[in-house]
Amino acid sequence: MTAATAKLVGKNVVNRRYFLTRLSQGAACLAAVASFPRLVFAQWNEGAFGAKELEQAIAERYPELTIEDSDAITLKVPAIAENGAVVPVTVKTDMADVSSISLFVEKNPTPLSASFYLTPGSVAEVSVRLRMGETSNLVALVEAGGKLYRAQQEVKVTIGGCGG
Amino acid sequence: MRTRLWISIVGSLIAAQCFGVFAESSTETTPKAIASEQSAVAPEDIEAQVNLDVEVFQGFFAKRFSAVEFADYQNGVYALDEPSREQWLEIEEFPPYEFSVDDGETLFETPFANGKTYADCFDNGGINIRQNYPFFDEALGEVITLELAINRCRESNGEQPLAYAKGAIASISAYMASTSVDQVMHPEVASDAAFKAYNEGKKFFYSKRGQLNFSCADCHMRVSGLRLRAEILGPALGHVTGFPVYRSMWTELGTLHRRYAGCNKNVRALPFAAQSLEYRNLEYFQSVMSRGLMINGPSARK
Amino acid sequence: MKIKAKVKGDAVAVKMLINHVMETGRRKDESGELIPAHYIKEVVAKHQDAVVFSAHLGTAVSKDPYLSFKFKGGASGESISVTWVDSKGETETKESVIK
Repeated sequence: MTAATAKLVGKNVVNRRYFLTRLSQGAACLAAVASFPRLVFAQWNEGAFGAKELEQAIAERYPELTIEDSDAITLKVPAIAENGAVVPVTVKTDMADVSSISLFVEKNPTPLSASFYLTPGSVAEVSVRLRMGETSNLVALVEAGGKLYRAQQEVKVTIGGCGG
Repeated sequence: MRTRLWISIVGSLIAAQCFGVFAESSTETTPKAIASEQSAVAPEDIEAQVNLDVEVFQGFFAKRFSAVEFADYQNGVYALDEPSREQWLEIEEFPPYEFSVDDGETLFETPFANGKTYADCFDNGGINIRQNYPFFDEALGEVITLELAINRCRESNGEQPLAYAKGAIASISAYMASTSVDQVMHPEVASDAAFKAYNEGKKFFYSKRGQLNFSCADCHMRVSGLRLRAEILGPALGHVTGFPVYRSMWTELGTLHRRYAGCNKNVRALPFAAQSLEYRNLEYFQSVMSRGLMINGPSARK
Repeated sequence: MKIKAKVKGDAVAVKMLINHVMETGRRKDESGELIPAHYIKEVVAKHQDAVVFSAHLGTAVSKDPYLSFKFKGGASGESISVTWVDSKGETETKESVIK
């Protein structure tokens, strides 16, 4: 049993029996791990997603990495969001070796919104629609070649007048 | 409570000053005559008057927004403002209402308890007919909207009617609208009774209401394209073509009459019930004014 | 879940729209009670048994999440599959053919 699967057995008591049954099929072991209700190799980061301040969220998500601003990242997000419930965001970059892209809405109750994991076969371009509670900086962090790069933009979010 | 009343009165006075709505009504947005009591009018005279109204109405917008192509009015405020248009296009690329359209298709095709389906109530099986609504039903003497027709179909087949603002009725209406591709709307006003309903709708459109004392025309003609707080006011031309709409504000589909009620509440007027005579006549008038535009529902809005 | 996958240049562009309430856990119902959180946490896309994209999501992703990404090495006619899992352990998998 590898360290990763040992951790899995410890954390998913409910799935223990299912896991052990599959384990007994030997060759299907790795496939069994992949078919659990936990898909991504890394754990969903409770500390990062639960952090209430931007700096803390970044530190939890990317511990021990320092940030460098980069204009090689294109962050496409509206300057004035039509409606804070649905704000379209696109991040793209031509940098080499991008392993992840994460989006933070600074003034949201919990700034970390989403984290995308890329593979060597990925093209570093992702889009998502986010909720923004108020006017805030939208921060995109790109992890590439073991370093962390940033692009950010302020997005104005209005409640609206006759929007009702 | 009283402080709020004063604040809203002062606020509306300030708003009114900013937008000059207390200024003398200019002839370009208030028609010269709205017949509230009319004797029988000859059909060709009805046609002439309605055509003149359409010409004046559409001409007003052509002059106010000379760079906007007529067909683009179907997209409402997005025909006027580039930054919000961009966001809207991003959402329309894969719009959230697609699930509701699928639900609507399923609902539309599911037979009633008596074995009949919606297709049995509508021309062409209910496909590609959205552009024919609303219309004035001469036999019944009233304006029939698509949502009303859907519920009448249900009731005539022993089913309970659906609530009119949102939910299943919006999904069915959205599905039916989605089957009308590149169809132009051109509602007719062909009789005295229809003309009366049309004029009721026209009167509603131009009448001030609510604590803020705004008419539909004040916001959607006189100051269309300008901002009221953070909102850019959309033009009344093309208002109805894209319904039902998925509003980000609602995070779901809603019908035109849901929006009418919301708008009336926004000017602090008591709303009318969805599918009330008032709203149906208003929808009729607005649809006639949007003659020549294509149906493009369902669509996304903020 | 709806998926659109299309070849674009030397990559495949994938867009998905997932039908999910994405309840934040901060909204209150009519009686003033908090509606419990219920949101998608993980999304994985695979092409020929290899993971080509994955994501961790939080409550700040809009209702009916839209995601799009690109990957290299896919061709027209091949299929991709997307799976999501939410905070209640509910899950959905959908396959789509690359156009």
